[in-house]
Amino acid sequence: MNEHIRILVVGNGMVGHYFVQELVKRHPDLSAAKLEVTVLGEEPRPAYDRVHLSSFFSGSTAEDLSLVEPGFYDRPGLELRLNARASSIDRIQHTVTLTDGSTLAYDKLVLATGSVPFVPGVAGRDRENCFVYRTIEDLEAMTAAGTKAKSGVVVGGGLLGLECAKALCDMGLETHVVEFAPRLMAVQVDEAGGQVLRSKIESLGVHVHTNRNTTAIVDGATARHRMVFFDETWLETDMIVFSAGIRPRDELARDSGLAIGARGGIAIDDFSRSSDHDIYAIGECASWNGEMFGLVAPGYDMARTACAHLFGETASTFQGADMSTKLKLMGVDVASVGDAHGKTPGCRSFHYLDELRQIYKKIVVSEDNKTLLGAVLIGNADEFGTLQQMALNAMPLPDNPEFLILPASDGKEKPGLGVDALPDSAVLCSCNNVSKGAIGEAVAAGACSIGEIKACTKAGTACGGCVPLVTQVMKAEMRKHGMAVNNHLCEHFPYSRQELYHIVRVEQIRTFDELLAKHGKGLGCDICKPTAASVLASCWNDFILKKDLASLQDSNDYFLGNIQKDGSYSVVPRMPGGEVTPDGLIAIGQIAKKYSLYTKVTGGARVDMFGARVEQLPNIWEELIAAGFESGHAYGKSLRTVKSCVGSTWCRYGVDDSVGLAVQLENRYKGLRAPHKIKFGVSGCTRECAEAQGKDVGIIATENGWNLYVCGNGGMKPRHAELLASDLNKEDLIKMIDRFLMFYIRTADRLQRTSTWRDNLEGGLDYLKDVVIHDSLDLGAELEAQMQHVVDNYQDEWKTAVTDPEVRKRFRSFVNSTVGDNNIVFVSEREQMRPATPEEKRLEKTIPILALVD
Amino acid sequence: MNQLQHTTIPSTTGTWQSVCALDEIWPNTGVCALVNGRQIAIFRMKNDDLYAIDNHDPHSGANVLSRGLIGDLAGEPVVASPIYKHHYQLRTGVCVEDADTALNRYAVELRESTVWVQA
Ligand SMILES: Cc1cc2nc3c(=O)[nH]c(=O)nc-3n(C[C@H](O)[C@H](O)[C@H](O)COP(=O)(O)OP(=O)(O)OC[C@H]3O[C@@H](n4cnc5c(N)ncnc54)[C@H](O)[C@@H]3O)c2cc1C
Ligand code: HEM
Ligand code: SF4
Ligand code: SF4
Repeated sequence: MNEHIRILVVGNGMVGHYFVQELVKRHPDLSAAKLEVTVLGEEPRPAYDRVHLSSFFSGSTAEDLSLVEPGFYDRPGLELRLNARASSIDRIQHTVTLTDGSTLAYDKLVLATGSVPFVPGVAGRDRENCFVYRTIEDLEAMTAAGTKAKSGVVVGGGLLGLECAKALCDMGLETHVVEFAPRLMAVQVDEAGGQVLRSKIESLGVHVHTNRNTTAIVDGATARHRMVFFDETWLETDMIVFSAGIRPRDELARDSGLAIGARGGIAIDDFSRSSDHDIYAIGECASWNGEMFGLVAPGYDMARTACAHLFGETASTFQGADMSTKLKLMGVDVASVGDAHGKTPGCRSFHYLDELRQIYKKIVVSEDNKTLLGAVLIGNADEFGTLQQMALNAMPLPDNPEFLILPASDGKEKPGLGVDALPDSAVLCSCNNVSKGAIGEAVAAGACSIGEIKACTKAGTACGGCVPLVTQVMKAEMRKHGMAVNNHLCEHFPYSRQELYHIVRVEQIRTFDELLAKHGKGLGCDICKPTAASVLASCWNDFILKKDLASLQDSNDYFLGNIQKDGSYSVVPRMPGGEVTPDGLIAIGQIAKKYSLYTKVTGGARVDMFGARVEQLPNIWEELIAAGFESGHAYGKSLRTVKSCVGSTWCRYGVDDSVGLAVQLENRYKGLRAPHKIKFGVSGCTRECAEAQGKDVGIIATENGWNLYVCGNGGMKPRHAELLASDLNKEDLIKMIDRFLMFYIRTADRLQRTSTWRDNLEGGLDYLKDVVIHDSLDLGAELEAQMQHVVDNYQDEWKTAVTDPEVRKRFRSFVNSTVGDNNIVFVSEREQMRPATPEEKRLEKTIPILALVD
Repeated sequence: MNQLQHTTIPSTTGTWQSVCALDEIWPNTGVCALVNGRQIAIFRMKNDDLYAIDNHDPHSGANVLSRGLIGDLAGEPVVASPIYKHHYQLRTGVCVEDADTALNRYAVELRESTVWVQA
């Protein structure tokens, strides 16, 4: 009787959710399309990003990992049931029974049940503190146990095992990896590669034990467990994580008599159909041609195919998957492409081994030396994108293929891929199935930075491995459209902002004229002058209204105030941390009253005064300075405010003094000029009342110190800040902030907030951590010293300005008269004044104008 | 290279008035003078060339051009409005982004070390 088509999806993991998204993409109004979709998820929460599960350890929350847009499952025709596990399928009745006994009818059934970690049948494997690594709940349990443990063992030296080992390491545990095979990552990597990987990982302090078959886990003498191996050697440890491979969850299918693949998994055809044509299987639970795919991209592919087939389209089929992988394991690049082991008959291989730098590279080429079949890269995987595309698209090899992996020798260009040679259909981002063609379309539509490409195509937003190649393609496409790909600042300087910064530092340049004479041409303009002014200020922190610097300053810095739409200025005294005494408030009130200024408390937790004419500014500031205030730099591309909550001093939840820290930080970084404005926030506990995670630098007190978050943003494009380091003491915290800010100042583009800078940063958060925390560029001390120079050379700009008669003289409306600008007209509203509208200015005579005091 | 470099082409005529000492205009900046009720922006280039145009920015409705940054676009001296960043050519008064808008130019001269404007 039901004329709707009932689609039942079992499993709300990555692939199951993707399938529903595909449905919704085709029919945003499912109900109108006569579809009734029910989704069963056994886990307590909707689909989340399992690929980035490990980031849970570095501060991502369950919400951060969620793949589900708010409200997605609320649409008509769609129902999501969580904590709901399917227990059997009745294929004759077309029903599915749940563990709670209820029954659901279906017309089409989609199985997306994923897989479970394989736990070897070792005696004692279900002792306490033995874990697997698959769900958020698993990680929560590991975290809890980790705080009480000293050491941890990961059973399994594959991809996941090593990722898990990193997590244990980060928890501060003595970490061991126990592998049954003779080498690490046996599936992806060959013998020699495994060696290099092993020594790299051991040098990071992880103990690697290969050729070890665990036979039993018993009580330990020095730790909770003792793992006994087949040769009767043993290892003691407090916790154990099994990561010895995965097994498809095909039990529903088995019990209902569906065909099962030779090595398990629900057997599917090219349309992702099981042996029962009303039942599809997608993701890790499915077996195609006897093969299972432990990666998300092939699962997405199956989901697209199944969805298309459901609507009668037979053009798209599942054709297996490229299992090439690139990852950074514990800071070590590891990549494998295609036939990494050289199993193709007649193939030949080339190897490169650098024992000093611990780099191993290998390529496998076809018998006729014409095509690339596979590759292994350890220690440095820069060529991954090129090699993967060459193998996938069977592109002709250069004459000397070995040069593909040899380090470039001086003057010789490495044979690149020549992205122009790639077909439009080449998939660059396999996680999100973004082709070269799609990048081209995005560029044609106006995207011209990697950040924009990510936003509109999603390329590079999952694992990030394709970002270098996508960048190359983007640039090539831009060139095709005749767009300038040079990063020159403007017509006067053939350099990017980063390069100019470097020049200024290295050549110790202190004026724009010198910079222009040595490296530019013409007179300069409103792009390069303020940029140079900002760079000079970041480096040397000289008074910005000095005679040779004043002419470079943008509108706001020009008169040390924010220019308003009518040409009047605002006045914003600094209130570090938002703290102000009653006397301070009274003084501000009196000054505002005397000069008839409009006052408002801003989102930056201080008081702004609006409507000052330029000639009034020095007098107003003189009075503010006398009352103990200094410039708030509300006009500068510089540190604005450090917002704070009241913290432990007053708040009953507070665990540390957020106001005290905010005041200290604001006083340290005040006056620091940067590519764009910088905002801080400090919260006294995880309730986060200061909204620190929406700031460029956010700090949250914990029981064990301070957590440092970076690169957040409110505004037009909100971005959650990311955890850079946790549980810092104050001294280390300041060190990290020094390095972070100076690194940003050094490398960002003009007018690039930390959030966009971070989105465009190749290598992402890991790279930033490497630089700031692990000092991978060996820059730490230099960055700190540069910051200290800025701090030591701080001056209150307004104080300098009002005490220098030359400078002070500039603050007037007219060079030859003391009258004010009669175009600045105010009217009264809500008991204060505001700028008159053009209409009101014309009617000037008929409405009351507020008198102005000079 | 350009013969017009030193001459503004005035679009209005009037009486000459002394405005200020050259020293009161810092090199590479502008000031605003009030001359016969008109607000005139006067700019001093690096080489002491002087230009004078209206101070009023028709795109923002504010009297602010004297506070704009000066420089050149393709060799042509310009000022950028501090409000919405329109560029005006100093020699012609024409807006680079909107050629239909042109500001008044005024004759400006250095006599002894004093700046004179005709308006
Ligand atoms: C730590 C980690 C790191 C990874 N890193 C990468 C990587 O870098 N790149 C990559 O490509 N892949 C990676 N993977 C693999 C990737 O996460 C999986 O390929 C992907 O999640 C598979 O999606 P799926 O929907 O098939 O399975 P899952 O995401 O596991 O979803 C299956 C869901 O079905 C539910 N379910 C099962 N049976 C039932 C039932 N009977 N009733 C109701 N619900 C049920 C399960 O609870 C689960 O929520 C990683 C995996 C892990 C664990
Ligand atoms: C040229 C335009 C802008 C001017 C002149 C301006 C000026 C200001 C000023 C004066 C403050 C008060 C902070 C202080 O007390 O110093 C402020 C705060 C703030 N501004 Fe802007 N702003 C501008 C653009 C923006 C934009 C585009 C956004 C959003 C994308 C933004 C978001 C904010 C926020 C969120 C605060 C509150 C800060 C906080 O809570 O810490 N501003 N702005
Ligand atoms: S963040 Fe914590 S300490 Fe600060 S006000 Fe909120 S609850 Fe109190
Ligand atoms: S939100 Fe818009 S209108 Fe409001 S202050 Fe910011 S820029 Fe101005």
